Amino acid sequence: MSLQMRGATYAYAGTKATVLEGVDLDVEPGRVVAVVGPNESGKSTLCLVAAGLAPAAIGGRLSGSVVLDGQETATLKPYEAAQRCGILFQNPATQLSGTSATVWEELAFGPRNLGLSIEEVVERVEGAMTTLQIGGLAERDPHRLSGGQAQLVALASVVALRPSMLILDEPTSQLDPAGTRLVGDALARLAASGTAILLVEHKTGLVERVADQVVLLVGGRVETVGPAATVLADPQLDEFGVDPPPSARITRALAAAGHADRLAGLDLAALEAEPVVSGGLGGGA
Amino acid sequence: MTGPAIQLEGVSFDYPRGPRALDGIDLQVATGELVAIVGQNGSGKSTLVRHVNGLLRPTSGSVAINGRPVGRRHVAELAREVGLAFQNPDRQIFAGKVRAEVAFGPRNLGRRGADLDAVVERALAIVGLTGDEDTNPYDLGFSRRKLLALASILAMETPIVILDEPTTGQDARGISRVQKIVADLSAAGLTVIAISHDMRFVAESFQRVVVMRAGRIVLDGAPQGVFAEEAWPTLASTFLEPPLAARVGARLGLGATPTEAALVSALAAQAPAR
Repeated sequence: MSLQMRGATYAYAGTKATVLEGVDLDVEPGRVVAVVGPNESGKSTLCLVAAGLAPAAIGGRLSGSVVLDGQETATLKPYEAAQRCGILFQNPATQLSGTSATVWEELAFGPRNLGLSIEEVVERVEGAMTTLQIGGLAERDPHRLSGGQAQLVALASVVALRPSMLILDEPTSQLDPAGTRLVGDALARLAASGTAILLVEHKTGLVERVADQVVLLVGGRVETVGPAATVLADPQLDEFGVDPPPSARITRALAAAGHADRLAGLDLAALEAEPVVSGGLGGGA
Repeated sequence: MTGPAIQLEGVSFDYPRGPRALDGIDLQVATGELVAIVGQNGSGKSTLVRHVNGLLRPTSGSVAINGRPVGRRHVAELAREVGLAFQNPDRQIFAGKVRAEVAFGPRNLGRRGADLDAVVERALAIVGLTGDEDTNPYDLGFSRRKLLALASILAMETPIVILDEPTTGQDARGISRVQKIVADLSAAGLTVIAISHDMRFVAESFQRVVVMRAGRIVLDGAPQGVFAEEAWPTLASTFLEPPLAARVGARLGLGATPTEAALVSALAAQAPAR
């Protein structure tokens, strides 16, 4: 098991209110577990706790157990936790090392700190740039990218570390539809090669495409957990402030209007997963 | 006020030591229009709107707001006419309390006392942050910091409001709230412009969609046209996709149906519900 949480309960330093309450969560190698939930339900906190950053790096009180690769995070030194899992923060600006003049150097920062050979560093940087198709940004100043470009660079910098576990807090929030599709493909490939992935994501269309399991987090508690298709089809998602995937929304809208039969033989989720024009995005006119 | 709310003529912009971000933009937005700007990451959307409130000045070409050239007018003066909520709220938020954050703009515009309090209260109510007046903005989660940044702009009561990716990080309720705010501002006669990657939001909430690619405008029209099947290759060329409703409509031979509501009415028009 890459990540195992049992009864994880957490409060930030200087506050009494618990933000996570008795969370049980398992992420196995090669699996994508997505976390959905309304704003302020504890999703970002869950990422910090799962990565071992809370309480080790930011303080606060944790009870219950959080085990990364067989070891309690409470007993891991920050660098040990960092070697077990890579975390992508919600705000890409938070991720930048602040020491690099180019995107290439920014991606090399992590692998170099792992003490890898130059050849290995180069290979990892080039690999991460290919995975996220950001080769064109290699010479750019990482502090002067658009919001979406910065987000892809931040994700590439984590991917370059090749962690066995990836924790991603809304990795596509600032991406265009093609960027979102690209990240979805990259996550599917990483999972296929054995990476365990914990994905916090509001875009349920993406969750539908890549997640094996979905956790619905509400008020710091796990409300529902199950196979992605089951949880995403749950009509109570709406009530909890989670937007159902576009395919489910359309199915429901047509059913409500009495036109459900018109969708017979049309797999909306598959239609959504298909490229819109042949040759994919970025081609065409 | 004379002339269109926003007029850009032949606007180009080069970042110093950077790429050309805008390449000969001609854009006219009438007072009261509701416009979405879409396009791939790095296509120049945020650069474009920064020309409207004077944060950036064109390398060549001209910008006029409400019929008056921006020229050398100061950002502080333009702030009376144009409010811009940034994509990243943390670039905007600086005060220690929510109330002070929202009061900063209107105070700089000369509002004081009970009048200022009322403006702040109203803005916080619109975004749903009533009760958080004394909270430190950084104790709010990302989605609520985003709404706070929006409230700060609304409190300035400018006739032109620009929102850079207002739905980012919002859950379903947050998106509905932003949709209602946009509709209310527009109904009140304001000129509203939003940058977004959320095509459903764009199709449902905007009258006009401007599509950008590499610093140029490649499509400009109603959602009905911009998301119609003929336009998909152009959308794809700037890394965009139509909303799923449009794809379903095309597959069912219903023509352009950019929203779920349009899809349902097209079906109803074709055959009565069973």
